[in-house]
Amino acid sequence: MSVLIDKTTKAIFQGFTGSQATMHAEQCIDYGTNVVGGVTPNKGGQEHLGKPVFNSVEEATKETAADTSVIFVPAKFTKSAIIEAAEAGINLIICITEGVPVLDMVDVVNVLKSHPEVRLIGPNCPGVISPGKAKLGIMPASIHLEGTVGIVSRSGTLTYEAVKQTTDAGLGQSTCIGIGGDPVNGTSFIDALEMFENDSQTESIVMVGEIGGSAEEEAAEYIRDNIKKPVVSYIAGVTAPKGKRMGHAGAIISGGKGTAQDKFKALESAGVGVVTDLNLIGSRLKESL
Amino acid sequence: MNLHEYQAKEYFETYDLPVSRRSIIKKSSDIDEAVESIDFSNGCVAKVQSHTGGRGKVGGVKLCKSKVEVKEFVEQWLGKKIVTIQTDSDGLPVNIISLEELTDIDKELYMSFIVDRGEKCVSMIVSEAGGMNIEEVAEKTPEKILKAKLNSDYLIEEKEIKVLANSLNFNSEQTDQFSKIVSGCAKLFRDKDLSLLEINPLVIKTDGNLHCLDAKINVDENALYRQEDLLDKRDPTQEDQREYEAKENDLSYVSLDGNIGCMVNGAGLAMGTMDTIKLYDGEPANFLDVGGTATKERVSKAFKLILSDQNVKGILINIFGGIVRCDLIAQGIIDAIKERSVSVPIVVRLQGNKSEEGKLILNDSGLNLIGEDSLQEASKKIVELVK
Repeated sequence: MSVLIDKTTKAIFQGFTGSQATMHAEQCIDYGTNVVGGVTPNKGGQEHLGKPVFNSVEEATKETAADTSVIFVPAKFTKSAIIEAAEAGINLIICITEGVPVLDMVDVVNVLKSHPEVRLIGPNCPGVISPGKAKLGIMPASIHLEGTVGIVSRSGTLTYEAVKQTTDAGLGQSTCIGIGGDPVNGTSFIDALEMFENDSQTESIVMVGEIGGSAEEEAAEYIRDNIKKPVVSYIAGVTAPKGKRMGHAGAIISGGKGTAQDKFKALESAGVGVVTDLNLIGSRLKESL
Repeated sequence: MNLHEYQAKEYFETYDLPVSRRSIIKKSSDIDEAVESIDFSNGCVAKVQSHTGGRGKVGGVKLCKSKVEVKEFVEQWLGKKIVTIQTDSDGLPVNIISLEELTDIDKELYMSFIVDRGEKCVSMIVSEAGGMNIEEVAEKTPEKILKAKLNSDYLIEEKEIKVLANSLNFNSEQTDQFSKIVSGCAKLFRDKDLSLLEINPLVIKTDGNLHCLDAKINVDENALYRQEDLLDKRDPTQEDQREYEAKENDLSYVSLDGNIGCMVNGAGLAMGTMDTIKLYDGEPANFLDVGGTATKERVSKAFKLILSDQNVKGILINIFGGIVRCDLIAQGIIDAIKERSVSVPIVVRLQGNKSEEGKLILNDSGLNLIGEDSLQEASKKIVELVK
């Protein structure tokens, strides 16, 4: 089955004609994803990558019946881009853009409360891929293999590590979801875990976390009570010093809270197969099956 | 980005939050004017201005009864470094000292506004346990921590304010003041894109009035593009020089104590790389994320940054190409090595987008680069090479 996206997904790109969006949209189309168009204000009516360009998401959804949007607009326009997509009837919004002001995300979350049908992934994330079906994001397609592992991660490149290892282990992936490294985001670990538990294609789950906040601890509790499929987890940032933001806006140990050690402990006591060596995700997962 | 206390208090004043009158000393010749410009009849409190808490515990905050004592304080601190429980062993330079009028304190409280990650909103925290380490209070006496969420208009409803005021034993006058402080702080938080606003302590003066004795502000760096006045308040002397330079070059860098320099794309993988080095008995010298749009120029600057750390005895480059193309990174690595005559060993691991092309470019370069496929092998190799 896979989750979130598959062959039936009809996707548009917001910020379609920008250089990054162009490069990645092209790869998504090459992968076989059903990209039905894109949005760039004032460029409506043009054609880009063989797809129609619209001035607004509303126009795009009217013309194409798109249900999913991938956002590549600059950080300062991201808040309005997400809200525009939600109000135009897009159900799945995948926001790749990084560097979005956190209070903009607080506003977005507030607006989305009146659109309960909308799922937001990100921001500051690599996107979503259901290998063999659809790719909507910036991940390198070649490392993926259609299979049975559901992967959820706060970090882009760490997702790729987990992907490669599960591919090398011959397991492949059902869907990989990058939830992003920002302190306030759309979809949480728990949301993703729930989707994977309910997905028939997914047989096991990899959860990649990092320092900062308590999302991993909350996920641990959820896994203990609700997840029957085997879960393997890695947390980045054992060597991170306190009080320093490690790249991601959300990756900071504040007031001694949010350390990798605490997260490992919480996950371990919830019965999750934790790996402290990033390189052992694949082999540990195989063992747990 | 952090502000100094005196800068935070300037913003507090703009938002009608009650703070003490104060003056600023940047050089010893400022002392006379600084003392004269405030009410010094009973002395003042001299405060070191640097981006750290715990100043009081090391003598960085002092009651001065006379101008002589102010002079002694300035002599003791100005141009020196302050080492607190929150700084590293080097400490932070003291270039500014503020003098504040005295406040007669009856009781110390705590108040802060934070981005509440779990609730995905801004929350206010108040506590009757002021002037202490709030994390410790939260751990030992969680019942003393009161929390309230700000709604989408950055307001807390009046009846919730009343409940909080009751728990803090405020009278009606104090409740009104409390309500004004809450709305002022909330507005400041939103207007200025803060990620933290902390008043520790918020005091009840002997005359019964509420007063912000301290002020701490952190600003969301992602929002600085629309906060130009705040950008002007950045004090680079309070930041690690390499970290500051990195920011100027749009790189994400954090100094560590080890000897293996790391250049990685992606923050998570950069942490994962540090952790892997440590796992194989090496010590990472830094966190460095060259970012998703790494260009030749950025990679070259990243090299410069890593090599400016004298402790670096070897470099591990770990690139998993998603946005970034490994062939571009490879070319950047080669150009930078040629440009800077790098002598330390370099192990490169390239994976993902155009990694095969990248590896070819590296191998054909004729330079002393060791290419590895796995992070595990690459980490082992670099640890061995710096021994």
